[in-house]
Amino acid sequence: MSKSILKKNTSRRNFLGGTAATVALTAGVGTPWIAQAASNVKIGLIHPATGWAAYPAAQLRYGAQMAIADINAAGGIKSMGGAQLEALLGDSQTKPEIGAAEVEKMNEAGVHAIQGCYQSAVGLAASAAAAKYNIPFSVDVGVSDKLVQRGLSNVFRMADGYGRIARDAATNLGEINRLAGNPAKTVIIVHEESEFGTGTAKLMTEALKEHNIQVIDTIKHANPTRNFDNVALRIKSAKPDIVMPINYPGEYVLLAKTLRQQRVDFMASYSVLGGGFNFKFVDDLPQIAENMIDVNHWYNPSSASGQAMRARTEADGNYFTFEVYCAYMSVMFLADGFERAGTTDKDAVNAALASSTIDVDFMPYGKTEMVNGQNMGSRAVAIQAQKGDVQIIAPSEYASAKAVFPRT
Amino acid sequence: MTNFRNHLYFLFMGALALIILPYFISSRFYIDVLTLIFFTAYLGQSWNILGGYAGQFSFGGVMFFGTGAYVSSILLTTFGFPPIFGIFLAILGGAFLGLIVGYMSFRSGLRGSYFALITLAFAELLRVLANSVEFTGGGVGLFLTYAPGLSNLQFETPVGFYYFALILMFISIAIVYWLERSRFGAQLVAIRENEDAAEALGINTLKCKIYAIMIMGAMGGAAGTFYAQKYLYLDPPIAYSIHLSVEMLLVTIVGGMGTIFGPLVGAFVLHTVNEIARHFIDTPGLSLIVYGLILIVIIGYLPNGLIGAFKKKEKKSDSTSLDKKTSREDP
Amino acid sequence: MISASLSMLPAAIINGLMYGAIYALVALGLTLIYGVLHIINFAHGAMLMLALYAAFFLFHLFNIDPYVSILIVTPCAGIFGYMIYRYGIGPLAKGKDQNILLITLGLSIIIENGALFFFSGDQQTVNLSYGFEAFDLGFMYLSYPKVISFFAALLMCAVLWAAMSLTDMGRAIRAVAKERQGARLVGINVERIFAVTFGIGIACLGAAGCMMLPIFYVDPYTGNIFVLVAFTIVVLGGMGSVVGALVGGFIIGITESVGGLLLGESLGQIGISLIFILILIFRPTGLFGSKV
Repeated sequence: MSKSILKKNTSRRNFLGGTAATVALTAGVGTPWIAQAASNVKIGLIHPATGWAAYPAAQLRYGAQMAIADINAAGGIKSMGGAQLEALLGDSQTKPEIGAAEVEKMNEAGVHAIQGCYQSAVGLAASAAAAKYNIPFSVDVGVSDKLVQRGLSNVFRMADGYGRIARDAATNLGEINRLAGNPAKTVIIVHEESEFGTGTAKLMTEALKEHNIQVIDTIKHANPTRNFDNVALRIKSAKPDIVMPINYPGEYVLLAKTLRQQRVDFMASYSVLGGGFNFKFVDDLPQIAENMIDVNHWYNPSSASGQAMRARTEADGNYFTFEVYCAYMSVMFLADGFERAGTTDKDAVNAALASSTIDVDFMPYGKTEMVNGQNMGSRAVAIQAQKGDVQIIAPSEYASAKAVFPRT
Repeated sequence: MTNFRNHLYFLFMGALALIILPYFISSRFYIDVLTLIFFTAYLGQSWNILGGYAGQFSFGGVMFFGTGAYVSSILLTTFGFPPIFGIFLAILGGAFLGLIVGYMSFRSGLRGSYFALITLAFAELLRVLANSVEFTGGGVGLFLTYAPGLSNLQFETPVGFYYFALILMFISIAIVYWLERSRFGAQLVAIRENEDAAEALGINTLKCKIYAIMIMGAMGGAAGTFYAQKYLYLDPPIAYSIHLSVEMLLVTIVGGMGTIFGPLVGAFVLHTVNEIARHFIDTPGLSLIVYGLILIVIIGYLPNGLIGAFKKKEKKSDSTSLDKKTSREDP
Repeated sequence: MISASLSMLPAAIINGLMYGAIYALVALGLTLIYGVLHIINFAHGAMLMLALYAAFFLFHLFNIDPYVSILIVTPCAGIFGYMIYRYGIGPLAKGKDQNILLITLGLSIIIENGALFFFSGDQQTVNLSYGFEAFDLGFMYLSYPKVISFFAALLMCAVLWAAMSLTDMGRAIRAVAKERQGARLVGINVERIFAVTFGIGIACLGAAGCMMLPIFYVDPYTGNIFVLVAFTIVVLGGMGSVVGALVGGFIIGITESVGGLLLGESLGQIGISLIFILILIFRPTGLFGSKV
């Protein structure tokens, strides 16, 4: 059922007439867009569908399309006479300039809101392009805090940026450590070299001081890194209580494997936005993943809607990664904005989004409260791989299991 | 010389058409696509001077682009130096880098794929350095503020950037147009055809090649400023991406190396093919498979590039082969 | 800090040797193709990725150990390489090098996106029963997969070197590499030798893929991670030299490892491009000349 809806509402074919495109390009004339059924609300999805980030992009598309199908099945945007949502698919090919060009293309096609873009660099370029037309732009995944700090009134983000995640990560680690009787005193951070890793590492170093945990070494590594043995040995000789990786999937998994191969002993691997920590990792390498901790966007496993969404995703043969529900949540947020605005007028929708109070029940979030486009009700939780599943271990009000800390 | 006047006439009409085009295209998306086409054609043209005319293939053309982008952006973020002047320093920076790279590699007699590979290595070296030093913002990158205005070389509408890119492209065509008619250009072609013979004829091949790579570097530098002011963010993977190096040679070879309009034709055709393939196919990967197939078909059936296919007479011999030049004697 | 680094130097060197052998394997195919055909194969990374996927699926679907699948993947990769040159690259390129360049580039686009289309962009790893067993050297551990890959790589180089020196086909290949026209005149079918060489080069990649899978991971873009390193090794060792590829691999592996130790894992990468530039400027024929 949901699958057929999914297909039907993803009409890119009439989004821009292909032959029209060629003709107009070669002849140099013409207005390209083709008349659309006026009632549809068009949401542009810009993700890096090809290139190194193709997997998260596919997950994001999947989550967003699931949300669109669900909202349509539940009667669409009711204040607009049951207007249906329609996805316009865009591929940034991991490049900022292509991402920005996709915004232009979608604007021509009469897009009413855009969400994306996974990579912060592309998100910055695309949201700036959208700002020129005042198109509501929801960042589904994109951790750079610069995204919402440029004073653009059309850019919103429901999930966290790394600033808020670093703060939550420090608080959660403080709580876990306290409950265990404060065994952990030292941390080594291993981070990738771009803005995400560098920025997060810096904030973590500060934030951990408040919890009496000291960062004794910070190791920056290149993307890609082929060989983590030196890093592992360096960690081993420094004997930190906690290893804190902040990096992308490939390096995350490689580092975890190498730490194990070099028999590095520590109380916990406590990653922040650990790129490789997900259900697939737990399935593929259970003996490595066991008891590793990550702080990330995570769904609320005690919510019925969260459980249902996970079951649906897995029934479709997909892993329930954070991209799925972050994209779902972003669509919900936009739909709620249209619902309350009752129109697709951009100013009205942006105003409605800015005053959003939507409560996303499948996330461990409080009520949405937008401050300069950032949701202040968002929260990252600490999750741990335990016996082949992933459990929330902090903060305590969402915990689904007790932390195994220090690990044995 | 009627041929020459005809040529100028068509050139003039074509230029005029491109200048007035934005008044007929209301679609900003197409304007943006055309902007990217001009931008790629411009970069391809810079590659063409060294690769197509002088016969020196480079795999690291992006280094001039990235360096230019950093020069004007750092000047802007640290000293508030307006990019409209910064672009000239970016040009100088690119030319200077060209001088260094050209001097080091040509003086040691590197040719063919050896030269191609050393440019790749330089680009990679600069990427790693840009990641590690403070003044480039390191891996965090540089954020530029949006402040449209001519002094910032930023424009509120895509049409502004369209003209910016168009001017760059016109300049690049003018440079190559001059090149084809100058003594210097003839010397470059002589080097391409047979470097040893050129040397024997009294051409200072080292100097010529260094000039050529400096022109390429200068052009790349300006492109960097353009990109930085259009997209307002720069980090080492963007500034020194191998994809851009490849795109430069791709559009030029597909369009026709050593021809004035090769890069433009190549950029236009490849961008259009890419857009159309993307448009008809949503499934990730499939559209690029089609793109790759079309690329191979073009190369397979039009071995002299698109321009070459339309030319009746073969202007140049088939000696642009890398192969011959790789057999370098021991130093 | 420095003293701590120095105490880790032996470990870093051993570690560099281990990875160097694997890099050498990737470079082996590249150097052979370069040495004989004088072309730069842009699709090298993409083909390595295919080999990794082949090993992954053999393990995933049939539970064949990656080291056993060397025996399956290597010949298949060889045949694949032969066919693709004989019926694809060769006839399409019409003898022009810039065309070969673009055709291999087009191939890499097709292969990478084909992998994305058929296998999805998902990152895959294998979990071997002995994957985390290790030899204890006192100052470091050497995991079984790394040690096996190391010796397999050495063996592979030895086999290839022997084949090049001792067999008729090897002699023919070397003849073509040295003097293309001359070889043609004495009746060697040069086009066929090209295809065979390309096949052998890709077969090396097939073996490399199987040996790398237990240590690394695979997604449609993994291959590119090793390409620049492989180019550096080829240039360093001397284009076309099997021994050069092995020695170059060791040097680059150690450079990367020690560079990372002394300069940090980010700036440490600079060693590779520096060596690349210096060797090109001062000894472009590489350490081991131009013999195959």
